[in-house]
Amino acid sequence: MPVSAANSQIVFDALKSCGVRLMSALPETWLVHLVRLADADPDVTLVRLAKEEEGVGISMGAHLAGVKSAMLMQNHGFLAAINGVVSGAQLYRIPLLMLISDRGSFGERDPWQTEGGAVSEAVLNALRIPTMRLDDPAKVAHRIRQAQTLALSSNKPVALLLTRDLMWEEAT
Amino acid sequence: MTRLDALRAVYDQLDECAVVTIMGAVAAELQSIGHRPNFFYLQHAMGLASSLGLGIALSKPAVPVVVFDGDGSVLMNLGGLSTLARYRPKNLVHVVFDNESLLSVGGFPTVTGTCTRLAEVAAAAGVPRTACVSTVDDFTREFAAARKAAELTTLVAKVEAVGPAAFVTDLGLLENRFQFQRYLQTR
Repeated sequence: MPVSAANSQIVFDALKSCGVRLMSALPETWLVHLVRLADADPDVTLVRLAKEEEGVGISMGAHLAGVKSAMLMQNHGFLAAINGVVSGAQLYRIPLLMLISDRGSFGERDPWQTEGGAVSEAVLNALRIPTMRLDDPAKVAHRIRQAQTLALSSNKPVALLLTRDLMWEEAT
Repeated sequence: MTRLDALRAVYDQLDECAVVTIMGAVAAELQSIGHRPNFFYLQHAMGLASSLGLGIALSKPAVPVVVFDGDGSVLMNLGGLSTLARYRPKNLVHVVFDNESLLSVGGFPTVTGTCTRLAEVAAAAGVPRTACVSTVDDFTREFAAARKAAELTTLVAKVEAVGPAAFVTDLGLLENRFQFQRYLQTR
């Protein structure tokens, strides 16, 4: 499977170095390594979800209880979680660190992913959620730390888009 | 049984608990009995009170957590029951006030009045302890038993579809949120 194990490890290590101790996830192809890393790490509580919106509630509870968390989801999962983001995290000023795999952008071969890819950033912008793309492994740790810093200082959700360039290694 | 009578009956058992409620009548009625810093009212994000309670329970395993949920909210997040069951935190008591209606928005019937039995749904999802009660005495006894059991419990309380005249209280949402966070910092 050409999901980048090396870059998944970089993302995971960056989250851990930011003190993230709880990760919620609903697996998708690009997230398989990240989910396995979280599952195998005794310092991280992995919460496997039935639907991504649950992750908003879980991260809200974790934050109120003093635990740093991150949410791992596909962009279609983000679309499924929006009411929780708006009427939970935004209404109650709770920081969320959302890592969203940006399926359906240039290079996507799966027809069913293409609509989500076309709207994800526009929806994030409409919700005024600060968003940055993770595409260069050398900048991943820095950007994750900066995203978490802003989430915590503003008490608001932030999003990092996991891009194809970072997560997928095309067969040559 | 009314929900207000049920809440009054267990109010004194909530001292040491982190309490999360859903929006609407449950939040207003618990506040009418008396707000405390350890009570958090999730006034929207319908369905997520149980998920929020799970987040607290996993983050603070030594703190007993009580979620006051409702039939309409549980039906919006049925998958959340399976997630609760998967992690089965021993410090979480999940109460579902089932009035068989969406009372706060006009009393339209939910499916629990005709065919869906939520305690059985929870049991089938894998919640290790479940019960369904319809009197205040049974509710009080089952709630105390759940608090002592050290096992994830979903307790469905069949209540009348009656509630307060108004749902807005003078407790600000953010005031409640930061007060509750500071309370949890002491635990």
